[in-house]
Amino acid sequence: MTTAVALDAVPRIRRGVKCAYDQIREAHVVLFPEGVLVLNETAASVVALCDGVRSVGDIAVVLADEYDGVEPEDVAELVARMVERRVVDVDG
Amino acid sequence: MAEAPFGLLAELTHRCPLQCGYCSNPLELVRRDAELSTEDWRRVFDQARALGCLQIHLSGGEPLLRPDLPELVAHANSLGCYVNLVTSGVGLSRDRLRELASLGVDHVQLSLQDATKEGNDRIAGIKAFDRKVEAAAHVLDEGLPLTVNTVLHRQNLDNIAGIIAMAEQMGAERLELANTQYYGWALRNRAVLLPTRAQLAIADPIVAAAQERLRGRMEIVYVIADYHEAHPKPCMYGWGARQLTVAPNGDVLPCPAATVISSLTIENVRDSSLHEIWHDSPSFNAFRGFEWMQDPCRSCPRKEIDFGGCRCQAFQLTGDAAATDPVCSLSPERSTVDLILETEMAPAEVPAMAMRKMR
Ligand code: SF4
Ligand code: SF4
Repeated sequence: MTTAVALDAVPRIRRGVKCAYDQIREAHVVLFPEGVLVLNETAASVVALCDGVRSVGDIAVVLADEYDGVEPEDVAELVARMVERRVVDVDG
Repeated sequence: MAEAPFGLLAELTHRCPLQCGYCSNPLELVRRDAELSTEDWRRVFDQARALGCLQIHLSGGEPLLRPDLPELVAHANSLGCYVNLVTSGVGLSRDRLRELASLGVDHVQLSLQDATKEGNDRIAGIKAFDRKVEAAAHVLDEGLPLTVNTVLHRQNLDNIAGIIAMAEQMGAERLELANTQYYGWALRNRAVLLPTRAQLAIADPIVAAAQERLRGRMEIVYVIADYHEAHPKPCMYGWGARQLTVAPNGDVLPCPAATVISSLTIENVRDSSLHEIWHDSPSFNAFRGFEWMQDPCRSCPRKEIDFGGCRCQAFQLTGDAAATDPVCSLSPERSTVDLILETEMAPAEVPAMAMRKMR
């Protein structure tokens, strides 16, 4: 039951959530009370940009520099999944 | 090779100021002189991290009773682990929490026995309610996320709305409402704890409504009363799949309740490394995957969801740890559970709760 996230929504990493790099799994991870999420490279880049200032649209623009073919809708969907997992909050 | 674990549940001590009659610690509590040393625990954390653990849950008993808790928090934090403090709140003064937070506690999980002071303190066996309320305030002041944890049973289920309100008042981000699992102490007190169908029929919709109302503010995790269900609750993410437990004496357990399976040979961190134990020990490999299963589980499509239910429960109620969890309606032993429900949900004479204590 993923709630849609608007392109002008501003995501922010939730309080108590930590982002880290795990040398054992050689992957970016997010750590939070209920568990651990292993992120792929794109997801890690998105989460790292959830700073409470940039909107979903802004994040897509930043990422378009790094990766080809990043659509704002993809970022919105990924953020929605992170909201569902209680890794990020959105306001706006 | 088995996948790496994500979490270590470090039961630093079995000592506890509270005496809850459903305590998840075993009946045979580890005494202080048998507890691992600070050095042992540091080594265990090192090995857990090297094995892949990213979360360390500092639990007990009451972890605040370990004088070396600050050092252990700092060590877990230095390894890059998420540090979760699981506490009764008794002994968590403002200064104590401030120190622990500065050393790296990331999250606090606070137990609450009931909605009111009177109920809480009766179940806990000591006056703990006011100190829990204070502890919650300290956690909030320190800016740490708070989870409130309540074990549900016949003695407090009627107060479910009040428990939810209390957790809200305490400022919890999460509330875990877990119906009692019957091992060890809770098994001994089952006739006092087993809820009635009527109680659950009232409580379930209250929880569902609160989950809806509080969405986005306070997440409510609800663990069902499995004796009353047609299917068992899933065993973690499967046996030996995501987490391991180290008991106060260094015993390494595939699940916190695993000591009830007396047929299982338990390894100890004093003799082997966590790496060896996780990957190679008979106890961790006993119920991994699906090969160990018998019918009806073996040929059941639900096995991917519930892993055949709880191994500890299967052992306790059938004597065979590899049997289908007898709460499952497909289990040939389901009648055992039905008989327990019939005789213990509303016993003619309710026995007194056996309060937890060290022998
Ligand atoms: S065996 Fe039972 S008690 Fe142990 S983790 Fe699985 S479900 Fe829980
Ligand atoms: S038969 Fe086994 S796998 Fe199927 S629902 Fe029952 S416990 Fe689960």
